[in-house]
Amino acid sequence: MLLSGSGKGQPGAVPGWVGYALLPVLNLLAAFVLSGLVILVIGENPVDVLSLLLSEALGYPEAIGYTLYYTTDYIFTGLAVAIAFHCGLFNIGGEGQAYLGGLGAGLVALALTGWPWPVVALLAVLASALFGAAWAFIPAWLQAKRGSHIVITTIMFNFIAASIMTWLLVDVLIRPGSQSPETREFDPGVWLPSMDRALGWFGITIPASPLNLSFLWALACCLLFHVFLRRTRWGYELRTVGRNERAAVYAGISPARNIVVAMLISGALAGFVGVNEILGVQHRVILNFTGGVGFVGIAVALMGRNHPVGIILAALLFGVLAQGGGQLSFEYPTINRELVMVIQGLVILFAGAMENLFKPQVEALFRRRGTVAASNAGRG
Amino acid sequence: MEDALLLALQLLSATIRVATPLVLAAFAGLYCERAGVVDIGLEGKMLAGAFFSAAVASATLNPWLGLLAGIAAGVALALVHGFACITHNGNQVVSGMAINILVAGLAPTLAYAWFQQGGQTPLLPAQARIPAVELPGVEALAGIPVLGPIYRELFDGNNVLIWVTLVLVVATQWVLYRSRFGLRLRAVGENPAAVDTAGLSVAKLRYQALLVTGVLTGMAGSYLSTGHGAGFVRDMTAGKGYLALAALIFGKWRPGPTLFACLLFAFTDAVQVRLQGVVLPGIGVIPVQFIQMLPYVLTVLLLAGFVGKAVAPKASGIPYVKER
Repeated sequence: MLLSGSGKGQPGAVPGWVGYALLPVLNLLAAFVLSGLVILVIGENPVDVLSLLLSEALGYPEAIGYTLYYTTDYIFTGLAVAIAFHCGLFNIGGEGQAYLGGLGAGLVALALTGWPWPVVALLAVLASALFGAAWAFIPAWLQAKRGSHIVITTIMFNFIAASIMTWLLVDVLIRPGSQSPETREFDPGVWLPSMDRALGWFGITIPASPLNLSFLWALACCLLFHVFLRRTRWGYELRTVGRNERAAVYAGISPARNIVVAMLISGALAGFVGVNEILGVQHRVILNFTGGVGFVGIAVALMGRNHPVGIILAALLFGVLAQGGGQLSFEYPTINRELVMVIQGLVILFAGAMENLFKPQVEALFRRRGTVAASNAGRG
Repeated sequence: MEDALLLALQLLSATIRVATPLVLAAFAGLYCERAGVVDIGLEGKMLAGAFFSAAVASATLNPWLGLLAGIAAGVALALVHGFACITHNGNQVVSGMAINILVAGLAPTLAYAWFQQGGQTPLLPAQARIPAVELPGVEALAGIPVLGPIYRELFDGNNVLIWVTLVLVVATQWVLYRSRFGLRLRAVGENPAAVDTAGLSVAKLRYQALLVTGVLTGMAGSYLSTGHGAGFVRDMTAGKGYLALAALIFGKWRPGPTLFACLLFAFTDAVQVRLQGVVLPGIGVIPVQFIQMLPYVLTVLLLAGFVGKAVAPKASGIPYVKER
């Protein structure tokens, strides 16, 4: 039965790229066909809408900047979900952890007016990691020690985070005399430089966009993620717990400790969304700046097969959807931003939950072809 | 004394109204989880039920057609969930999550395109809403001291769906523990291999359970938008599907305790509405956000403290693959 991924050219074998390239592409196509149907129901031409979506996301340099800015968020939350997955946990709380991470980054930026930006950036990265990890710690501890269902507790912590942040922004951190619930703007000296400014120092000019240096930090996190998981003892322990908790216990590995460690790292990674959004783009703490990044992270991790390279590619895909989809509403009066969520939902459904949809047919096709080729070779 | 009784009765009456969609959703989850299918997509199915019943009720001015549309939407999504998780052995949590995100986008997208009112349906007139049941004899009993107010506040003027829910709760208790279907349902959630060996189709039983789930979530949504409320608004389920799931875990997947958990959450919510803006002695006014998060905090505390290790149906969340 399990022939996928085994050696090349063997009779009846299915090449490995079918599993990690062809099937995801087929699933993606199915999701887009259904999205097209939804667009048809709304009364627009799906081909026009989807091609506009692509060109608004990748068609010109400024759009690419925006797309990569969204990609940054999704890399962080994708990695966050993935590390928890590797330990056998489902972290649906990325949303709340990212929200709190933004608070951490924002408090640092508010407190350190006048400091040089690299120091502020470093401390903000630390603070957002700390706040995000702290928010993940309680569900993690409850799961490890009390067996409380982490899916439910992390969802509840999203709601609690939303309430606390609303209270903080409405009653505590609000700029005096202001009506809208947000903090004062940070001192421009502490802003995380945007990519166009940073490249400007080296004499390279690109159009202005929200893309900022946290994109590089996201890429660095991918590398660190890989090293931690595959090259350290801690990563090995974490994966062992995820694969087989009982085997881990017999090997002297504590599941409880690793559950907490995985969730702390997960929360910290989700918290970095705050650096990108608050320190890099908004330059103040605002309401609901996360806008669903935690949930998209689940899709990113799934599509990326919990591997950093896959996560970067999947994050790029969702970045394209976010940027291109957001622009659609300007062109089409009947379409609003929520259409992006429809496409996201369908992509998650097909690429995540129905990943085996086409597998039997495709593998049968390849196996038949392989057998035919082998028998031909035998004859020739 | 009279005032205290009235306040208590109003609080209880509000509890019942808030609890109804929670109970429907939690019992929806009860059926499929006892059959071994985890459904985190209760939220999305409820939202779809709410949108489609409000949309149809608003177009036809007939609440019953609306209810049917809501149920159809719930069933359709339940079948999608089944197709992904039962037929294709997909990850059940992911499928549920996908349905939640899909519906959270789809409902306002369609509402925006069909009604042009910024992602909601028009306000429903009275004849397009599911009516309340007026009981006879309210006037006659009004004179009796305790009984009169109880009858008036708790029993009279409840929505049809509240009574339907009551019947469903009793029926579920019977179906699950006294009927052949219930026995098979519980068996397929604990030990699908044994059910398979007995010559019953695991997939068919799980699909049947999901059909019930779809019907109940559709009704829950319908109650929200055409019974309790008067139209669909964005995100109108507001986490009720997740709370229902928490109630189900807190109730250890049994009808009675699950009902109790739903009532407890609903009571917190009813108290929460009453507490807003009230000056408490020694503390002052508690910020409204802290009061609003009471049900969620309570959920976490209950899961952490009282439940202990909640033992789910053994095969829940695991796709059943026939041995070859």
